[in-house]
Amino acid sequence: MREVTARDLDMLAVGAAILGTGGGGDPFIGKIMAQQAIEEEGPVELMDPEELEDAALVLPTAMMGAPTVMVEKVPEGMEAVRALRTEEARLGRKADATCPIECGGVNSQIPFVAAARTRLPVVDGDGMGRAFPELQMETFHVYGVAGTPAVVADERGAVVTIETRDNYQLEWIARGVTIRMGGHAMLVDYPMSGAEFKRTAVRGTVSMGIRIGEAVAGASKEGVHPIDAVCAATQATIYGRGIPLFEGKVVDVERRTREGFAVGHAVLQGLGTFQGSRLVVRFQNENLVAEKDGETIASVPDLISLLDSERATAVTTERLRYGQRVTAIGIPTPEIMRSEEALEVWGPPAFGYEDLAFVPLECRFADYYASHGVPSGKEQYLDPRTGT
Amino acid sequence: MRLGIDVGGTNTDAVLLDEVDRLRAKGKTPDTDDVMSGIERVVSDVIRDAGIDPGEITHAMLGTTQVTNAIIERRGLTRVGIIRLGAPATRAIKPLAAWPEDLRSGVEGPASILPGGVEYDGRPISEFDEAQVRAAVKEMDGGVEAFAVSSVFSPVRDDDERRTAGIIAEEVGKDVPVSISSEIGSIGLLERENATVLNAAVTPVARRVVGAFQEALGRLGIEAQLFLSQNDGTLMALDYALRYPILTIACGPTNSIRGAAFLSGMDDAIVVDVGGTSTDVGVLGSGFPRESAVAVEIGGVQTNFRMPDLFSIGLGGGSIVHPDGSEGAVRVGPDSVGYAITREALCFGGATLTMTDVAVARGMAEIGDPGRVDAARETVEAAYERSAAMFEEAVDRMKTSAEEVPVIAVGGGSILLPERMPGVSRVHKPEHFEVANAVGAAIAQVSGTVDRVFSLQDRSREEAMEEARRTAFEEAIRAGADEDSLEIVDIEEVPLAYLPGNAVRIKVKAAGRLENY
Repeated sequence: MREVTARDLDMLAVGAAILGTGGGGDPFIGKIMAQQAIEEEGPVELMDPEELEDAALVLPTAMMGAPTVMVEKVPEGMEAVRALRTEEARLGRKADATCPIECGGVNSQIPFVAAARTRLPVVDGDGMGRAFPELQMETFHVYGVAGTPAVVADERGAVVTIETRDNYQLEWIARGVTIRMGGHAMLVDYPMSGAEFKRTAVRGTVSMGIRIGEAVAGASKEGVHPIDAVCAATQATIYGRGIPLFEGKVVDVERRTREGFAVGHAVLQGLGTFQGSRLVVRFQNENLVAEKDGETIASVPDLISLLDSERATAVTTERLRYGQRVTAIGIPTPEIMRSEEALEVWGPPAFGYEDLAFVPLECRFADYYASHGVPSGKEQYLDPRTGT
Repeated sequence: MRLGIDVGGTNTDAVLLDEVDRLRAKGKTPDTDDVMSGIERVVSDVIRDAGIDPGEITHAMLGTTQVTNAIIERRGLTRVGIIRLGAPATRAIKPLAAWPEDLRSGVEGPASILPGGVEYDGRPISEFDEAQVRAAVKEMDGGVEAFAVSSVFSPVRDDDERRTAGIIAEEVGKDVPVSISSEIGSIGLLERENATVLNAAVTPVARRVVGAFQEALGRLGIEAQLFLSQNDGTLMALDYALRYPILTIACGPTNSIRGAAFLSGMDDAIVVDVGGTSTDVGVLGSGFPRESAVAVEIGGVQTNFRMPDLFSIGLGGGSIVHPDGSEGAVRVGPDSVGYAITREALCFGGATLTMTDVAVARGMAEIGDPGRVDAARETVEAAYERSAAMFEEAVDRMKTSAEEVPVIAVGGGSILLPERMPGVSRVHKPEHFEVANAVGAAIAQVSGTVDRVFSLQDRSREEAMEEARRTAFEEAIRAGADEDSLEIVDIEEVPLAYLPGNAVRIKVKAAGRLENY
């Protein structure tokens, strides 16, 4: 257990934006809400998953909907609490903790709003390990946890309980309800036991988000380049060290809306050691594929993030513009996100890249990972016999 | 005859343009604390130099940083009563939540979050409650000197804001300034609310500036129509300026870009304004500065103003050249001797190697005494190369494509700019570059802007565009534009992601000549 302060949330906002891989929504409003809630109600505890009792009840809390609506119709503040209480009543028992469903972007902050108002701890872990656009894109779903009963709540006191046979239908119906609520709502889904959380969650992602933010903030004082600091910040986690993929200048951005998502690509012209090369980053809100001089060098589910080359702050898909100096970094996904069942949900084919097989960063950049090392559990990538 | 005046950070400049846009006189004098004396002095200088009668001046335009400075320096601001409509929504973040404490404590009055506001398609969030609004206003009356009203999605429908403004006028009288958010900013409640509160807070500063302007010109016997420059490069009549003083923010850089356009005769270029300490790079497109795409911060507060997109670097005429390691490498700036240059620079007998000295040593400018610049040839060349690289990168950042673009150099330090730069088709250094700001003020048009979200459920895109265009024209006429000269100068259409029913955000700007010119 550790106490989370307002400054931790400032750091988390920076780190979560990087884990948002170009999407996830701007953490700013979520952060201010969480800070205001903590100021009014008291501090929030961040709990290590090992501290969870197997029989505990964990109720994840999140927001869903259009970012354009959230920045205008700012939340009322108790939506997630109402969703949580409605879920508790439906299940006939009280929650012991909450957690994020998505550690990238604004959803990193929402559980702290709910936690402050209900005096529950936040468990250090989530179900996406980054940002993804849809509700079934959760390790919870991949490893058999039911997404429902789920509750969607608006600012006026409406709460809608949803029960479905599968989690794809949960996404479909919840999204429809959200639109009727004005385009934005708070959500509780994937109610689970402590044992199920320990079995299925991507662990340590909240504290990792804070650590990444601290790396960006403290880099110049430490005499380290912020990009290197970000890459080092994930080294001692289940992810492993980040890798700078490309440094360049944005020379083209193509962006259009398709079924509510911002789809397109950005082209970077290489600078420094990458002079003479080109990088294409394809996205659908979040960055999906990076191609250097025509060859794929990174793909979903591995994290591809575009950072300001000087300050290492995240550049979201909406903010991409000609002339920006950005550095693309890759962060390898933890093993739990790379199983066959997981790749069926969020591998390249799930985003329309039918012919692209997922190749982990550790394999694509074998020399880099041989020299920096990999977390325990990933040794097979370094073995030339078994690495793909 | 038009009189353009710019009250900047250091100097007050003025220019006189005649009816065929010929520059008849220009002047520059250091700023004065009371603002008025400086204006009076420089204007009387240009009247004398041009040999005209003050009565010949028909229009006078003032661009000033006074409002910006007041916010940054936390001076002269007033306490604001804040009303936000949209309850129960928005309660999770109080008004002024992320403001720096020192600014907030001087400005923040009582705040109420009350029912009202609309969803993205214009349906009410909750019913507007006149009794609650009236009660809140009565509470605030006497304790605040201005009001700021914001409501959710007011760029879509602002009825509730207007009703509230009406109630305030009834309760506290029409002399108390009321700012409503739909007239100040666009989508983004918190940024728009911040901008609206700032607008209300600077009312006394606006009154002082307008008063000084009127008095200075009155004392000189000038009976012209008076205007203030706003941040989009167009003009506002004084009564409009008293209601929307926040729109004068950043008019300096905007006027410099517009002045550069006029002096060079170009409508599309990158503008490089080199000062004593820093250089601002902006983009001129269709005769107007390109607007910033990201939220603009003023004095530590996030706003969503229409501000020029600028990239600034710490390089100017007074920038100090430092040896950097071995083999003749150098670092240029960001430290600068600023306006102490006539004391500190080598060419003026001082002891500091500045970029002005580098220019003098290379024969790029004739300033002071070249014989006094005894710096090593390698150092001078290295400094020039470094500064050229900094300029090139800054220009490159602001380009919108890889094609070559022209550059217009303005500002006193523009002597530093290379004659040729990669990615640049030509570097123009127009005559009168040192008073580009005042010129920009003098040549400004009058505009009207619309920035709203339209739902295309009940109407076609063409109908929405037509309504936007008509509203923009009406706004421009209201500000003083000649109806026959009106043109649409900018249209932007942004489909809103995630929302069904084809909600689209349309921004239209119309501009025209001043009426009676």
